[in-house]
Amino acid sequence: MRFILRRLGFYLIAFWASITLNFLLPRFMPGDPVSRMFARSQDRMQPEQIEALRKLLGVDDRPLWEQYTDYLHNIFTGQMGVSISRFPTPVTEVISSQIGWTLLLGGTALVVAAVVGNLLGILAAWRRGGAIDSALPPLLVFIGSFPYFWLAMGALYLFGVVLGWFPIRHAFTDGLEPAFTWEFIGDVGAHLVLPALTIVLVSIGGWMLGMRNTMIATNSEDYITMAEAKGLRPGRIMLRYAARNAMLPSVTSFGMGLGFVVGGALLTEVVFAYPGVGYQLLNAVQGLDYPLMQGLFLTITAAVLLANFLVDILYVRLDPRVRSN
Amino acid sequence: MTTALLKQPTQPTAVRKPNRSFVHGLLSNKKALTGMAVMLIFIALALLAPVLFPGDPSRITAMASLEPSTEHWLGTTAKGQDVLALTVHGSRSSLFVGLTVGIASTFIGILVGLASAYFGKFIDEALSLVTNVFLLLPGLPLLVILAAFLPPGLGTVILVLVVTGWAGSARVLRSQALSIRSKDFVAAAVVSGERAGRIMFREILPNMASIVMGTLLACVIYGIGAQAGLEFLGLGDVSTVSWGNNLFWAGNEGALLTGSWWVFVPSGVCIALVAFALALINYAVDEVTNPRLRKIKAPATPKNIERSAAK
Repeated sequence: MRFILRRLGFYLIAFWASITLNFLLPRFMPGDPVSRMFARSQDRMQPEQIEALRKLLGVDDRPLWEQYTDYLHNIFTGQMGVSISRFPTPVTEVISSQIGWTLLLGGTALVVAAVVGNLLGILAAWRRGGAIDSALPPLLVFIGSFPYFWLAMGALYLFGVVLGWFPIRHAFTDGLEPAFTWEFIGDVGAHLVLPALTIVLVSIGGWMLGMRNTMIATNSEDYITMAEAKGLRPGRIMLRYAARNAMLPSVTSFGMGLGFVVGGALLTEVVFAYPGVGYQLLNAVQGLDYPLMQGLFLTITAAVLLANFLVDILYVRLDPRVRSN
Repeated sequence: MTTALLKQPTQPTAVRKPNRSFVHGLLSNKKALTGMAVMLIFIALALLAPVLFPGDPSRITAMASLEPSTEHWLGTTAKGQDVLALTVHGSRSSLFVGLTVGIASTFIGILVGLASAYFGKFIDEALSLVTNVFLLLPGLPLLVILAAFLPPGLGTVILVLVVTGWAGSARVLRSQALSIRSKDFVAAAVVSGERAGRIMFREILPNMASIVMGTLLACVIYGIGAQAGLEFLGLGDVSTVSWGNNLFWAGNEGALLTGSWWVFVPSGVCIALVAFALALINYAVDEVTNPRLRKIKAPATPKNIERSAAK
């Protein structure tokens, strides 16, 4: 319980740090991005909306601490201002309409990469020097050297444009009504394959090598020898005895890997014009939409922190040593 | 991150020569040689770019979207620029930013890591907290929001990449420095009254040279990749020629949809080759300088061979 509380405290500090960063950035940056933004979009806005945005982004004469408490209050009551590029939709509305797609893409990619990568790692360590062990690691590391978005571009070009196997942009076909029908779900699935595949390809190597290296250490433990001496089936020893104990570092990397997947998903979404938060972030950047940018950053950060906290709870369930401390 | 995971357990060599010099070790390591050869080629290309392709590489020299030919080895972009010239000139900015970011973030990592390990207690707690927060904040969104608020330019790109990149190296270096801090010779130095700075930089730091080297290489890889990502989003200095910007323009001008694969393939392959070469050198440094790594893994090997032979 103390472990969980300590971690919770840490995540709260991290979240507070990102809010404060968000608060300070527009206020202390050289130059004035905010007035640039106003200059671009002033004619479309109501005076009171401009006033609210000025407060949000710090073009404001009040003392700093007063602005800060105001800002904190706004964040925790969910007021992040209105989006400029999708004026006059509130930022929270824009984000909530798109975060689902990112969760779908990132979640699918993360789970597939983690499961397949760990299984490959288990097999590689179990048969040291075998086909999987000698051929895959260098190949995967080489693939992992490519930038996420470049592999996405390659996949889009090869499978989307040249071969035409998969749709090349958006999350579902234009004009199709979102509904729980097989047609729609199939369509979403087809649009998901390429973006997810590129993230899986780049991140799978890390999973596999991490698992393989821990498994190799676990394989030399006495209880593995004992299990063999008892005459247990090799498959059972591999999965129940060795892999199970080698799993803990992978659980930790699952939390850490999330940040990378989010980053990867952002770039991949941009390439495929996939309507998630990453694509929206790029639009916000191009449209000088600072309120939306800030809202997206906070949302993504909160999601990553929350996921890490869940992983910590899982870790306590898996590792009794943490509980006894 | 993946680089740290690929500590290839080396095959148990018949005779291990003790105390081989570091340079000699690297020079007789196949991975290191391959990696260094690739890096030398790229550095040479970067230095010779103004000689090989004089003039502004982004000027329009030919018809738009030409396929690779004898005249334009890698074809031309949708604007009619020579892709080969763009790629070769792009290496200058990419390697420069990568190296600068790598050196700067490793330097910060060394300072933070050494201070944490040497002073301990409150300073360690505070520094570790900051490090962990930076490690946890999702890197790319942070990059994007920093770059969006700062005035555009090469300096901004470097600053932003250092801000997001130092934490990883600080954590690795701290744990290494901690283990050296607890050694007797450091205690002896403390007792004999040496100054803190001298102990950190003359006693502890030289003993973690290989880790510093590994971190530096990982940071350079990070720098090159993250710069490309940032520029691909249009957040770099769009006026410079670099691999990331080449890819940004390729995407912007619809090279994918018109089937001009020659526009986006070269820059991506260059980034990957450089990253892979640096990773190879990194593994080689591990293998050469870290006998402990081999000792732990070596006993596992014969047993495993028996096991797979028994099946």
